[in-house]
Amino acid sequence: MSTPTATPPANAFDDDDFKAVPKSDRPLSPKAPDRESRPAGHSRATASTDVAVAEPGSDTSRTPGPLHAVPHMSQDMLDAFGREMEAIRKKHMDDRGERDATYIRSIIKAQRRLEVGGRALLEFAWVPPFWVAGVAALSASKILDNMEIGHNVMHGQYDWMQDDELNGRTFEWDTACPADQWRHSHNYMHHTHTNIVGKDRDIGYGILRMSEDQPWEPYFLGNLGYVSALALLFEYGVAVHDLETEELRTGTWNLRERLPMLKAIYDKVKGQAAKDYVLFPLLAGPGAPATLSANVTANIIRNLWTFSIIFCGHFPDGVEEFTEEETADETRGGWYVRQLLGSANLTGGKLFHIMSGNLSFQIEHHLFPDVPAHRYAEISVDVKEACERYGLDYHAGPLPYQLFTVFRKIAKLSVPSAPELQDYLDRPSSSRVGKVAGRLVGGATGVVRGAGGVAKGVVGTVPGVRRATAA
Amino acid sequence: MPMTSTTSPPPTSPSRSGGLAQRLLGTKVADVLAGPHDVDHYLELLRPDWAVRRIRGEIVQVEHQNDDSLTITLRPTGTWPGFEAGQHVEISVDVDGVRHRRSYSPSASAHPRTRTIELTIRRHPEGVVSRYLKEHARVGMFVGLSTPRGEDFVLPDPRPRRIVLISGGSGITPVLSMLRTLTDECHDGEISFLHYARSPKDLLYADELERIATAHPNVAVLPVYTREDAATGDPRSVLTGRFGVEHLRHVLPVDEDAAAFVCGPGALVEAVRTLWAEEELRTPLRFEHFAPPVLPDLDPDQLGDVTFAGSDITAAADGSTLLEQAEAAGLSPKNGCRMGICLTCKCTLNSGVVRDTLSGEIGGVPGEEIRICVSAPVGDVSVDL
Repeated sequence: MSTPTATPPANAFDDDDFKAVPKSDRPLSPKAPDRESRPAGHSRATASTDVAVAEPGSDTSRTPGPLHAVPHMSQDMLDAFGREMEAIRKKHMDDRGERDATYIRSIIKAQRRLEVGGRALLEFAWVPPFWVAGVAALSASKILDNMEIGHNVMHGQYDWMQDDELNGRTFEWDTACPADQWRHSHNYMHHTHTNIVGKDRDIGYGILRMSEDQPWEPYFLGNLGYVSALALLFEYGVAVHDLETEELRTGTWNLRERLPMLKAIYDKVKGQAAKDYVLFPLLAGPGAPATLSANVTANIIRNLWTFSIIFCGHFPDGVEEFTEEETADETRGGWYVRQLLGSANLTGGKLFHIMSGNLSFQIEHHLFPDVPAHRYAEISVDVKEACERYGLDYHAGPLPYQLFTVFRKIAKLSVPSAPELQDYLDRPSSSRVGKVAGRLVGGATGVVRGAGGVAKGVVGTVPGVRRATAA
Repeated sequence: MPMTSTTSPPPTSPSRSGGLAQRLLGTKVADVLAGPHDVDHYLELLRPDWAVRRIRGEIVQVEHQNDDSLTITLRPTGTWPGFEAGQHVEISVDVDGVRHRRSYSPSASAHPRTRTIELTIRRHPEGVVSRYLKEHARVGMFVGLSTPRGEDFVLPDPRPRRIVLISGGSGITPVLSMLRTLTDECHDGEISFLHYARSPKDLLYADELERIATAHPNVAVLPVYTREDAATGDPRSVLTGRFGVEHLRHVLPVDEDAAAFVCGPGALVEAVRTLWAEEELRTPLRFEHFAPPVLPDLDPDQLGDVTFAGSDITAAADGSTLLEQAEAAGLSPKNGCRMGICLTCKCTLNSGVVRDTLSGEIGGVPGEEIRICVSAPVGDVSVDL
């Protein structure tokens, strides 16, 4: 939870960096969604508001801001923060050049070497050391291909290089997910609606309960089972993500409409499977089973790794979720603050950051999705400094701990709290079978929650507060 | 395709070492093994001189003709299909991380036995690629190549009896290629090679032209120096000044069974075309000119017309973004976040410049992909929608 302590100190605005921000009495972007429809009272009246924001105790700081997570941030402060972020973005966008090109090309070279080397070793996978070394090289290659190269290239981070191979709109990657569907589900749905419950389909990937704001139903008792399966088969989970199969549970899923997407997934999976599970093993002759097992292992290692990095981006403790209502009139400044509060970084060394595609800088990635990702480390210094001035939380932690909190949350949310159970039983849409199951669960709930070590008094109250905000 | 290939097969198959290996790499199985990338993606690292689909060229010779001009010889990958004299090829070069593409006409013979591509590049003061190559081109460097382009500016088949080649400055390259091709074919018709340069010092390929003229009595090489004091010292310089009817009579005494080509600065091409029309000549004239696009100075607030080229709709700009304007014009372009994040709406800018509504910056070059949700047109703009 952020501490709504102070408005930024007045001297923050004497900072040289801040002076670089083009000052304007207009909102940051006149084209920000719904900006025009905002009530007039919220927009900045005069240029002098800049100063007013800085004065603790001024009117703007007493009215709670639009985001429940940071009531101390008025609309003006959100916009001021947004302008600082825009200045950071501009600094790095203007500086793109040889350095970025050399970096991504060297990563691509490393990835190709690992892949060619790994594949070659795995043709002799029946020799145990070759199996181990080959799996290591091939997993590393797939991880680099998916994350530092694929994910980042598809965000358009290297479009400016005008290299057809690094074009974000045409890049294809070494996973089961067709790149076009990823560009929709990730670049648009997830990055625009980050952590807005009901709009960001990355919250639970349509199969998990990851937020108290998702109404409980007995299906979610399997939360831990689903997440384990998702982690192992992550590439397939990502592949079917854009199909919005959660609509199957509500009976609104339309097969006919989804057929072209299914066809694309089928074709992609077919190619991937033919390569990893048929052709390369066959090339190994009698060693085929060893090669096959190695390729399966490499894909699973990649799945587990990407799953871990991605789930630690938005679901560890402390990361905020948002409601559709509080973000309906969002400005670009509000968008920036939501990206910040809805993401969490992972701490680690240089190699760790490269192997996570710099998604360990999830905050910077969400603030600046199209800035070359290897710059996030240096960008994070500026972002952290701004966060301190604005009294905004900057979430970060080591991978094992963050992952632990994610799984703790998934376990906790699989069983309903007493009010959630009551809410479920009162819902007219709940099925009879479900209700019986729900009542059976009811008894066990308290026990599990206690065992989870999370009965901090928060459990009962927070959902209530959230729902009040939402209403 | 090479135009005269009766004696030797067209050089489409890999002609150098590794023919079989390269052929195997071109199979469907290799494609699946390399998927979702292509085989070339890996070859670029392992054997850059091999390719199965893409075309690359290795610089095997660098020659500085004078302070401004550079001639590079490229050895293309086996995927190079050969070219016809007069065609041009797009080369791609990375400068400061950005891939730039420029078209140049090969100047060597297009005869199939020529396995290399020779390009002469003139350095322009503002030219990113020409300046980079003039300074950094080295033997062993690789550049990307397109397939040869240009269907009209090529020698007709069968060859006419009389061929007139007119060029100015660096426009010499495609017509020199024609001249060299014709001599390689032992063409015995009359060839007039009329070339305009500022002074003997600026004359490209002086020695080569001398050699050809000496070896082939049917070829008349006529250098013309346009700077008034420059004519002295070259015995071949029988003509002076700019292109006019006198020059024309000299190279085309008979307007029959002939073909004419002109390549060079816009003014020269215009002068030749005008005279051709005035004289009502029957000899077909083919022309080509290279002129860098001139960007007009625009007031950033200037509103012009927006053309949605794919839909054949033009509308007056109203200051809103291209996405909003397209929607107002009844189109429904693909879009997502409408705030410049997701890139769903990216489409190609055909011409004009745009203002980034987030940063206020003005930019855009033809062919660039722009985010139409955060781009407002400045002046006349055409997008591929």
